[in-house]
Amino acid sequence: MASAREMRLRIKSVKNISQVTRALETVSASKVRKAINAVMATRSYATKAWQVLKHVAEQPGRDSLHPLLTKRPAVKNTLAVIVTGDRGLAGAYNSNVIRFTAQTFDRYPRPVKYIAVGRKGRDLLYRRRKDVLAEFSSLPAAPSFNDVAAIGRLAVQEYEKGAVDEVFLIYTDFINMGRQAATVKKLLPLELESGGLVEDFEHKPSSGIAAAYEYEPDGRELLDAIIPRFTALQVYQAILESQASEHAARMIAMRNATDNAKELVGALQLAYNKVRQQGITNDILDIVGGAEALAAN
Amino acid sequence: MTIRCEIVSQDRTVFSGDVDIVVIPGSAGEMGILPKHAPVLTTLKYGVVKVRARGREELYTVAGGVAEIQPDVVTILADRGSENIAEIDIDRALAAKKRAEEYLAKGLPADLDRYEIMEAALRRANLRLDAVRRYRKSAAPRLPEI
Repeated sequence: MASAREMRLRIKSVKNISQVTRALETVSASKVRKAINAVMATRSYATKAWQVLKHVAEQPGRDSLHPLLTKRPAVKNTLAVIVTGDRGLAGAYNSNVIRFTAQTFDRYPRPVKYIAVGRKGRDLLYRRRKDVLAEFSSLPAAPSFNDVAAIGRLAVQEYEKGAVDEVFLIYTDFINMGRQAATVKKLLPLELESGGLVEDFEHKPSSGIAAAYEYEPDGRELLDAIIPRFTALQVYQAILESQASEHAARMIAMRNATDNAKELVGALQLAYNKVRQQGITNDILDIVGGAEALAAN
Repeated sequence: MTIRCEIVSQDRTVFSGDVDIVVIPGSAGEMGILPKHAPVLTTLKYGVVKVRARGREELYTVAGGVAEIQPDVVTILADRGSENIAEIDIDRALAAKKRAEEYLAKGLPADLDRYEIMEAALRRANLRLDAVRRYRKSAAPRLPEI
């Protein structure tokens, strides 16, 4: 058993750690609230944009409408956009995304290039010697669309110039404070059958079968304007979801750490008290023994 | 017979309700949309969306965007913001206009992105002021002529 002095030091350091984790928990709690507000605020726009894209994709002859809607016959290269955090201490948040990425793409039949959003993901991809096309880190908290539009634009450009034939997005879906799930979503070519980033919209066209659109100005020009933009919007939404998830994960992790520290301090304190009492008892025995020895003489 | 109209900007739902007619500033000209309109997808210019319901008219600025028209619903995606004309802050718009003009007067900034941002800000400020000047009677005396 350790000496009383060592135990006292240990108790002190654990208490210090619990103070730090409690502070981090409080900070994350306020950040998560902000992040959730940001996700909710853009949700109505994202829902409507998704609805429009969905209607476009339901148009007759969608393959010939716009290159971003067309499935390419031969898929040779794949691009994956990975959204992680810049910092650790968020429980399993970063490792979940990274593990999920590895599961999805390590044995993928085609070469995969990566765009890393967030420092943790970048570091890991470099360490594993993956082909990292670009990296974006130190994003502001609750970014505006313009702050992150470049990420989506880059993905669209790579796709348009034919460097890649499909684009995936890996991020963490914010379900609630206790649950976040690493998710993969196919970004390009647009695939609307497989559920949306956002929940389905409430307005079904009353006519049943959607009639063909008239476009103003002409269809090509219009779709040129909106499809890349709405695709970038999905990246934006994914980043907001991921940020909310990161803060929630960090808050829970820090709360657990604080609780554990409290428990540990309790156990250490008990052990320390016993050691201390043992020391006192021994001292008394010594004195009593000494006194008796003197009396016996 | 009404048609549902929804105006959403990137950060909030600006307007949502059942209305008699919606007039939008389409890129190929103004369009008045009544219930059972044929499906149209159009981009928008800088301008004013008019929404009329039960004889009352409400006006919203849009700084470009996209409108999707279905027989029973008009969805206006206002990319760069949208606001009710009654809510426009004239002083802020004037200040923004002045700031943008000063920047642009100093000569062209080195990179194109910054120039576009300033130009868009100027156009937005002008749009707000024009809208107020044209549609808000009480505010007119406060605004200098251009």
